[in-house]
Amino acid sequence: MTLKFIQGNEAVGWGALAAGCRFYAGYPITPSTEIAEMLSRELPKVGGKFIQMEDEIASLAACIGASAGGLKAMTATSGPGFSLMQENIGFAAMTEIPVVIVDVQRLGPSTGQPTSASQGDVMQARWGSHGDYPIIALSPTSVRQSFDMVVMAFNFSERYRTPVILLMDEVVGHMREKVELPDPDEVMRVERVGTNVPPEWYRPYGDSISDVPPMEVFGSGYRYHMTGLFHDPNGFPTQRLEEIDPWIERIHRKIGRNLQDIVLVEEDNTQSANTIVVAYGATARSARHAVKLARQRRHKVGMVTLLTIWPFAEEVIARLGRTARRIIVPEMNLGQLTLEVERVAGRQKVVRLGRANGEMVTPQMILEVIEER
Amino acid sequence: MSKEEHTAYAYLRQTKKFPNVWCSGCGIGIVMGALIRAVDRMALDKDEVAVVSGIGCTGRMPVYLDFNTMHTTHGRALAFATGLKLAKPRLKIIVVMGDGDALAIGGNHFIHAARRNIDLTAIVVNNSIYGMTGGQSSPTTPLDSRTTTAPYGNIEPPLPVCELAVTAGASFVARSTVYHAVELDRFIELAIQKTGFSLVEVASYCHTTFGRINRLGSAVDMMRGIKENSTTLQAAEKLSTEERAKKIVRGILCNIDKPEYSALYDQVIQRAQSAAVQGPFKEVNSGA
Repeated sequence: MTLKFIQGNEAVGWGALAAGCRFYAGYPITPSTEIAEMLSRELPKVGGKFIQMEDEIASLAACIGASAGGLKAMTATSGPGFSLMQENIGFAAMTEIPVVIVDVQRLGPSTGQPTSASQGDVMQARWGSHGDYPIIALSPTSVRQSFDMVVMAFNFSERYRTPVILLMDEVVGHMREKVELPDPDEVMRVERVGTNVPPEWYRPYGDSISDVPPMEVFGSGYRYHMTGLFHDPNGFPTQRLEEIDPWIERIHRKIGRNLQDIVLVEEDNTQSANTIVVAYGATARSARHAVKLARQRRHKVGMVTLLTIWPFAEEVIARLGRTARRIIVPEMNLGQLTLEVERVAGRQKVVRLGRANGEMVTPQMILEVIEER
Repeated sequence: MSKEEHTAYAYLRQTKKFPNVWCSGCGIGIVMGALIRAVDRMALDKDEVAVVSGIGCTGRMPVYLDFNTMHTTHGRALAFATGLKLAKPRLKIIVVMGDGDALAIGGNHFIHAARRNIDLTAIVVNNSIYGMTGGQSSPTTPLDSRTTTAPYGNIEPPLPVCELAVTAGASFVARSTVYHAVELDRFIELAIQKTGFSLVEVASYCHTTFGRINRLGSAVDMMRGIKENSTTLQAAEKLSTEERAKKIVRGILCNIDKPEYSALYDQVIQRAQSAAVQGPFKEVNSGA
């Protein structure tokens, strides 16, 4: 255990190292650059590798290449770079190569406001690359949680062979807090599962009980083909429907049947509440304060903090949609995750509280909505 | 010679994926053969070779080869290979790309891979056209020739591939053609042997698209054209600048020894782990 006074971005770096990250490729961009700077300094100390690439497309490509070579790999960026990374997020999903992408969200669209906070990439995190693929996105609310959740991101990524997005925001990324960080050997790490069959029997995308095929890395004696084309269980391109359909079903199933493991939410006094506030990231901090003030004024308010953004916490929100009268969704965009809450809980009950000017949604703004009749 | 005896047979994936996607008469198969012969002559272990590609006709090459193979996104092969190289420095990584893949969408990655001088072998099969999508202009389409997207003639000058790599910082740069197969084998072997970024540009042709649109005849006619239109570096020196510009100049344009990226990074690791760094960068911003 070490006591530190650090930014969320630095906590991400320390968490990545503790999770076993040994490769980082990135491109400078505000407000995520501290992660690159920190890892350029710390990775070589533990024998890991850092490379500054020529753009964000190359950064994620290099990470995927390194992961195929057996290293746990991460990149970090913000909105404009996240836009560029979408093509290779699709490639990682298609080839089922574990990789972690940190997006410290800033105000968009376009160059927007580099030093201002936002949660405007929520839907891009879900649907940013073309085609149908499952994705995991996590969103921390504090510096300590940034450490913990990047570890989770690596663990999910390795366990399910999928790209995982850590959806931070400028507030959590740049905010400094005093934190106690666990020593790396106290951290639970998930390692990649290899195969126990000889190379001539190995099917890189074959069926497995868990729906996650064992992954062998390049240079391990298991020679196979990776492609962004639809492929058969041996990894070779296919146009056969009887190979495409099972594949697309399997990659959705490997996430979909493990929601208990992946979907993380914190519930606070939701059972008897009339009004529920659903929040995530930095906005959850405002919401927590607003809920506390509202309770002091005897409002029956509960709160849900979504730590996992994708897959969406349908079960929890559906249950609360049946018991609560109102669900308020504050977020630093004009209502992106609100759409999901509406889809699950019904539009009538949901109140959107969006702000997309680079400023946080304040506790006062949330309190005012709670007190509206 | 039976297929078991043929050199290539030991390096091709026998279980699946033949016949190949290329049009009959295509030059890409010759490049694949040259790659196999080079690897065979060097007696490399198949487990220790990786072939990485992007998108396009040449991008389809790895699937037939019994190495560690990766068919990535359009233009990004060198970036994927960079990460793979750093993760597994002992792998011999060969990156096969077409001209559009390497120089248009992948142009930036091409420049920076050469600048870093990372130990990758890039093979650019230059057929001066986008073949897979049906014959659109590429960065190496000759001036005034016709393509499906330059129906009135191409007004963009072609990019000198090798010269770009030399300028950007590659260690080894050579140009050959699909006609000069023996020379091509040798250049690819030298390129793989070279520690640092190496490039072999292979002048090829696309009779199906470029040849048809420009009425250049069959694959054989175009192959003959490449033979007649090419010259060695030595012979080219005697030509005027104008005459030389019209020729495919074959030979080794650059072969120098200089520090390679992944070896340099090992020094970075040593520096970081030694006491020398306990100076100003020790715990910057970490607050500890």
